[in-house]
Amino acid sequence: METRKTALYEYHKSLDAKFVPFAGYQMPVHYSSSIIEEHKITRSEAGLFDVSHMGQLSIEGRDDLILALEKIIPTDLKNIKLNQSKYSFLTNENGGIYDDLIVRKVERGFNIILNAACKDNDCKIIKNAFDGKFNLKLHKDLSLIALQGPKASRILENITNGTSSLKFMNGKNFSYKGVQIYITRSGYTGEDGFEISIPNNIVEDFAKSLIAKGVRPIGLGARDTLRLEAGLCLYGHDINESTTPIEANLKWSISKRRREEGGFSGYKKIKSDMISKPSRLRVGIKPAGKIIAREGTNILSVDDQKIGSITSGTYGPSVNGPIAMGYVKYNFSKSGTKIFVEVRGKKYEAQVSELPFYKKSYVR
Amino acid sequence: MSEKKFSKQHEWVSVEGKMATIGITKHATEMLGDIVFVELPEKGKNVIKEGQAGVVESTKAASDIYTPITGEIIETNQSIVDDPGAVNKDPEGNAWLFKIKIKNKSELDELMSKADYDKFAKENTN
Repeated sequence: METRKTALYEYHKSLDAKFVPFAGYQMPVHYSSSIIEEHKITRSEAGLFDVSHMGQLSIEGRDDLILALEKIIPTDLKNIKLNQSKYSFLTNENGGIYDDLIVRKVERGFNIILNAACKDNDCKIIKNAFDGKFNLKLHKDLSLIALQGPKASRILENITNGTSSLKFMNGKNFSYKGVQIYITRSGYTGEDGFEISIPNNIVEDFAKSLIAKGVRPIGLGARDTLRLEAGLCLYGHDINESTTPIEANLKWSISKRRREEGGFSGYKKIKSDMISKPSRLRVGIKPAGKIIAREGTNILSVDDQKIGSITSGTYGPSVNGPIAMGYVKYNFSKSGTKIFVEVRGKKYEAQVSELPFYKKSYVR
Repeated sequence: MSEKKFSKQHEWVSVEGKMATIGITKHATEMLGDIVFVELPEKGKNVIKEGQAGVVESTKAASDIYTPITGEIIETNQSIVDDPGAVNKDPEGNAWLFKIKIKNKSELDELMSKADYDKFAKENTN
């Protein structure tokens, strides 16, 4: 398969980006500075991320669309407000996760943001569930960029007036040089920030205006360390088709009404996980020293039993130490539980830790 | 100290009598990115040319370090274990990795000169 390029590819090149293939796209992993520098700049100033590889799906419809979507997405779409976004999933029959997503109520129906690697399959799943009703539009004409960091709001307000009064997980249409763009206050870094859906033909112009105001371009490398410090899941690693949202410790994202009423794919398993506790749980893990426990690392109890494995692990630049997430047997999931991680055949002390590793208050 | 010699695994060697100091090249650190963890061999360990003799990890991944020559580990650089980021700053100077008592000096002849290594590194980038 030919690797695809986003509308910002040439601009990334001009900013000295180092590219890696990711989900079929050539994406910047970092620019002229290092991953750690880019991470720290996002935490202290503002960073710009190109996330145009992600799927932007629009579906038009009214009440019958709500009913159809609620069969595959376990969030309350009856009571979602106009321009409100919710974190949710496409669940499978066994309560596993086909993809995690952001679903947003808009004037004519719903917009859904999907992971790049899953978007085509997601569309098939949704089409099947709809049985021919409703048209799906996966936008090839739109880019998606994220502006993240403590200075994001002030900088964006200068370019698109009114954005600083948006509340977390809320958005609306704005105008940039006469072109309609959609901005939500959201992100994947643990910082205050915005995600901007914007036509391909004007995205470079918009990005340049941000860079001109001192925003730094940030690659996928720092995006990963930032999201892990923030305790956020990466699909295909921390969650997948065999993990339920309850095991993944994401129960909060299933609306109360949906938890009680069900009526979505995989509810039987998810309900049973809620009632009788799941057999395993996603937790934060902090190694005691400098050792980095990466994906696939065995987690052992103090009496040497295998109790789980790591799903993401790296060095957290703002934590200034190694951090990880993984699944452990439920009885070992309490914060502070002493465990061991087995790296290159040696055991290293670690403990179950609260998530996120790095806390920052969002603007609500 | 002698002129540095270089291996295809991106290590450098500097020889003084029977002792060799070994580190990773600047080019290697540029490929790896921020180094956040270093694991070095134990003192007294015998290592074999092109055998694994440690690990460096960046934010992205772990990479093995290979010894370019055979011998006994006589010293390791603890300062880079405590401050792995130092390897990015001065990989071909203060941030050396370990010192070896050389077993077979002829192995050095198989390594590259600075000019040859630079050419090799350039050809093997991306």
